[in-house]
Amino acid sequence: MATVSVCKYYPGGFSFDNCKRNALLEADISKLGFSSPAARKTGTTICGVVYKDGVVLGADTRATEGMIVADKNCSKIHYISPNIYCCGAGTAADTEMTTQIISSNLELHSLSTGRLPRVATANRMLKQMLFRYQGYIGAALVLGGVDCNGPHLYSIYPHGSTDKLPYVTMGSGSLAAMAVFEDRYRPNMEEEEAKRLVRDAIAAGIFNDLGSGSNIDLCVITKGKVDYLRPHDVANKKGVREDKVYGHPVTGSYRYKHGTTGVLTKTVTPLNLEVVEESVQTMDTS
Amino acid sequence: MSFPASVSTLNNYNDLYPDWTQREVSTGTTIMAVEFDGGVVMGADSRTTTGAYIANRVTDKLTPIHERIFCCRSGSAADTQAIADAVTYQLGFHSIELDEAPLVQTAASLFRDMCYRYREELMAGIIVAGWDPRRGGQVYTVPVGGMMTRQPVSVGGSGSSYIYGYVDSNYRPAMSKEECLKFTAEALTLAMERDGSSGGVVRLAVISEQGVERQVILGNQLPKFSTV
Repeated sequence: MATVSVCKYYPGGFSFDNCKRNALLEADISKLGFSSPAARKTGTTICGVVYKDGVVLGADTRATEGMIVADKNCSKIHYISPNIYCCGAGTAADTEMTTQIISSNLELHSLSTGRLPRVATANRMLKQMLFRYQGYIGAALVLGGVDCNGPHLYSIYPHGSTDKLPYVTMGSGSLAAMAVFEDRYRPNMEEEEAKRLVRDAIAAGIFNDLGSGSNIDLCVITKGKVDYLRPHDVANKKGVREDKVYGHPVTGSYRYKHGTTGVLTKTVTPLNLEVVEESVQTMDTS
Repeated sequence: MSFPASVSTLNNYNDLYPDWTQREVSTGTTIMAVEFDGGVVMGADSRTTTGAYIANRVTDKLTPIHERIFCCRSGSAADTQAIADAVTYQLGFHSIELDEAPLVQTAASLFRDMCYRYREELMAGIIVAGWDPRRGGQVYTVPVGGMMTRQPVSVGGSGSSYIYGYVDSNYRPAMSKEECLKFTAEALTLAMERDGSSGGVVRLAVISEQGVERQVILGNQLPKFSTV
């Protein structure tokens, strides 16, 4: 019994089928006067610094959808391996999935080699994947970790280029953060000074960039230890609305104290009404 | 129903994300290589830009491909890094098969094959230079488009336009190693002064039978010309 099957050849690479559909939908929607939903981006300030014993990574926690804040406390520092973490800016879904895929592959690789993974390996895997997608995966990453060769820090751009540097910033708030780094970075800092520097750089991004905000997350990676400080600094506390009635706060109360509005004059005018017609209509309770 | 021309309207530009967060990273660049008797001198600036922002002000554009073969990269940072990594792998494999040092011409041919085959997708201008026992110091240029040719002196990148006159008038055949270093440093400095996409420090490398010597000339140590 022979089965005749025609193997459909699936060309490799990115599938652009949905782009045509999206473009048509965009045109239809804009005719009705609405705008299509924007992809959620992490507006973002992320940065990293190499210090004496390791690396410090920092990130803000605001995720935006167009001009609205979609998540006030999202986590932008992603786990890659026990000794390597990665901050992500750009399209939130892209950074999340890309880091998860590489984390998974790196764990398999680490089991195969029997060694702790190296930061350069993670960098190679990330840059080769992003280059393959020619920039369509909008993930701008700050990769940092400590391995057998010491502490390493890389910045990775969506098109697949990477830079190995002692201090890097990425995201819409990167200029503000870089300004802080260029002023105060020194080689071989102590841990507290490095943490303070990263905290201040992210704070600069939070307060001077609209796309970044909320809290500051820090991740300190040293040989054999990782401190994931979330949140390290709650830079923007939400206030509590106070409305004290008889001493205790009542939120959302519309009661005003007696005497809030002073009465100047009071006039009572009785209205004399005559009953003209009276009719009774029974209510239908069936 | 026609396919609208601008699919890029899906990524709506809005004030929260400045232009340079959406632009590709390019090595704006000035790169240069000169042959001398016994080796080559290669030089590059150190600026990588995304639009008007300098993403890396201390870039190393002189990339080792093999022990005595380097390449200068200009154009898209992602494209040139990916090409250089691929050629490094191919050349390393080839060298192990041969059990001898690869020829500079081989490295240049590998670059040319990749740059020509994918010429529509790539934006890469590369200068390959090095030393091999058969032909000594050689410089091969592989500009955008994928042509490959050997030249005694070659310049590339956006800043090269400003120094063609300087290079043509100041190059003499049979210069010594020190003269080549001075020539390269001065040419790169002039280009960096005039080209906005080039700047930072000057990185130099000398490749000869003895090996590779690398130097950095910091901003305040660059050769000085007229102060106009």
